[in-house]
Amino acid sequence: MSEALTEDMNDTAGSVVKPIPQPPIGMLAELTHRCPLQCPYCSNPVELTRKREELDTDSWRRVFRQAADMGVLQVHLSGGEPAARPDLEALIESCVESGLYSNLITAGVNISRARLDALADAGLDHVQLSVQGATAEVNDRIANLPDAFDKKLAFAREVTDVGLPLTLNSVIHRHNLHQIPDLVELAVELGARRLEIAHAQYYGWALENRAALMPPREQVMEALELVEAARERLKGKLVIDAVVPDYYARLPKPCMNGWGRQSLNVTPSGRVLPCHAAETIPGLEFWNVRDHGLDEIWRDNPAFNAYRGTDWMPDACQSCDRRELDWGGCRCQALALTGDATQMDPVCELSPYHDEVQTLAIQDASRDDDFIYRRFARQPA
Amino acid sequence: MTARPDLQENDVVRIPRGVRLREDKARGGWVLLAPERVFQLDPIAQQVLTRVDGERDVADIVDDLAAAFDAPRERILTDVRAMLLDLMSKNVLEVA
Repeated sequence: MSEALTEDMNDTAGSVVKPIPQPPIGMLAELTHRCPLQCPYCSNPVELTRKREELDTDSWRRVFRQAADMGVLQVHLSGGEPAARPDLEALIESCVESGLYSNLITAGVNISRARLDALADAGLDHVQLSVQGATAEVNDRIANLPDAFDKKLAFAREVTDVGLPLTLNSVIHRHNLHQIPDLVELAVELGARRLEIAHAQYYGWALENRAALMPPREQVMEALELVEAARERLKGKLVIDAVVPDYYARLPKPCMNGWGRQSLNVTPSGRVLPCHAAETIPGLEFWNVRDHGLDEIWRDNPAFNAYRGTDWMPDACQSCDRRELDWGGCRCQALALTGDATQMDPVCELSPYHDEVQTLAIQDASRDDDFIYRRFARQPA
Repeated sequence: MTARPDLQENDVVRIPRGVRLREDKARGGWVLLAPERVFQLDPIAQQVLTRVDGERDVADIVDDLAAAFDAPRERILTDVRAMLLDLMSKNVLEVA
C-alpha cells in the first residue's frame, strides 16, 4: 500500500540536518487481529494479539485526533478484519471529525447491507476489498473459508450500489498468478475504480509459507507485462497499482518510502511501528499509545530513529545515488535474509547476498509445500 | 486501443466521491486525497480545483481564471484541459 501512497509526493524530507522529522501522511490502524479468513500470507505478525489486549474505542479516538493534529491525512482501518470491531462506525465518525480520509480494508465476508449503510453514513471515504483469487475455488482455498468468494462478490456489489468507491486488492503468488487477467476483468465487472495487484511480500506468515507461495521467475515476468498492458488499456477507467515481487528484482523496493518517513502503523494493542514487520527486528523497543502521545513516539522513540534517513546506512548505500530513492530497501527483509537489519536489502544487486536470494526464490518456487494457515495459538515451527 | 477521455468546454467536471480536496496545514498548501494516494497541488492546480464545484463547466472555469490572472484565454484553456484530463486519467476527476 505504501508504494502507491506516496508516489505523487515529492517532498524533500530526509535531506541534510533535520532534527524534527516531517510528519507522517498515512496511518495504518490495525483495529484487531481477529479475522474470519486464514490467508497464509497475512501481513499480521505470526504471534497474533488477542481481543482482550485490544485498544478500546476512546483510545482509538484519541489516537485519531493526535494523528490529525500531527499532520496525518489518511487512515487505513485494517486488521485482521476491522468489521470484527462493533465500534467501527464510531471510529469512522471519529476520523471524520478529525478531518481524516478513512479507508476501510476488509475481507468483505461479515458486513451486512445494513452495517455497510451505517459505515457509509458515518462518513467512510473508501472501501478496499480483498479477493484471494478470481474464482471461488481458488479464493476459498487460500482464505480457508467456504463461500467466502460469493460473499465478497455480493459485498462488492453492495459497496458500489451504496455509491462508495471500491478498490479490489489481491495478493499474488503461485496459486493465483495465472488469474491476473481474470482479476482485472472482475475488477471492471464489479465497478471497482482501482485494483491492487500485490505480489506477496515475504514477512511473518508469508515468510513461513514462502515455499508454498513463491512463483517461478518466468511467470512473474509474464505477469508484470500483463499488468502493464492492462493498465495502459484501462487508463481512465481502472487504476491498477502493482506491488512487485522483489526476490527476483535487481533493485530493492523503497520500503515504506523510508523508515519513519511517511507512515506509521498502530497495532491492535497500541504499539506504534514504522511498518508491519518491524517487531521482528531484535533490540528495538516500540512505544505504546497508552503511555505516549503519537507525535512524541514519531519524533522521539529510538526505534523510529534507528533507520530514519540515511545516517544508519552501510557505506555502499551511503555512497549510492539511489539512497534517497529506495532508502536502502527493507530493514525487515535485510534481517530475514541476512540476519542483520543494518545490511543493505539483499535484493539489491550490489549486495553480497543478492545471488543467494535469487537462488532461494528459484528453489522455493519448485517446491510443493502445504499452506500453514494464519491462526491464533498456532505457532509454526 | 480504447478511447481516451476527452473534455469539451461545455463539460461539467466534478471531484468524485472518495476523493477529497483539503488544505494540508501541517505541510502547507492543498492536497487531493484519493484512495491510497495523496496529490500535493501546486498553486495553479489549487486555483483550478477550488473552482471545480460540479456545477460550473470547463468554459466557466477558464473564463474565471483568465479574468483572475489576466492571462490569454486560449493558453489557460489548453493548460486547464491538459490538467483536468490528467486528473481524469488518474480517476480523481470525472465528467458530471
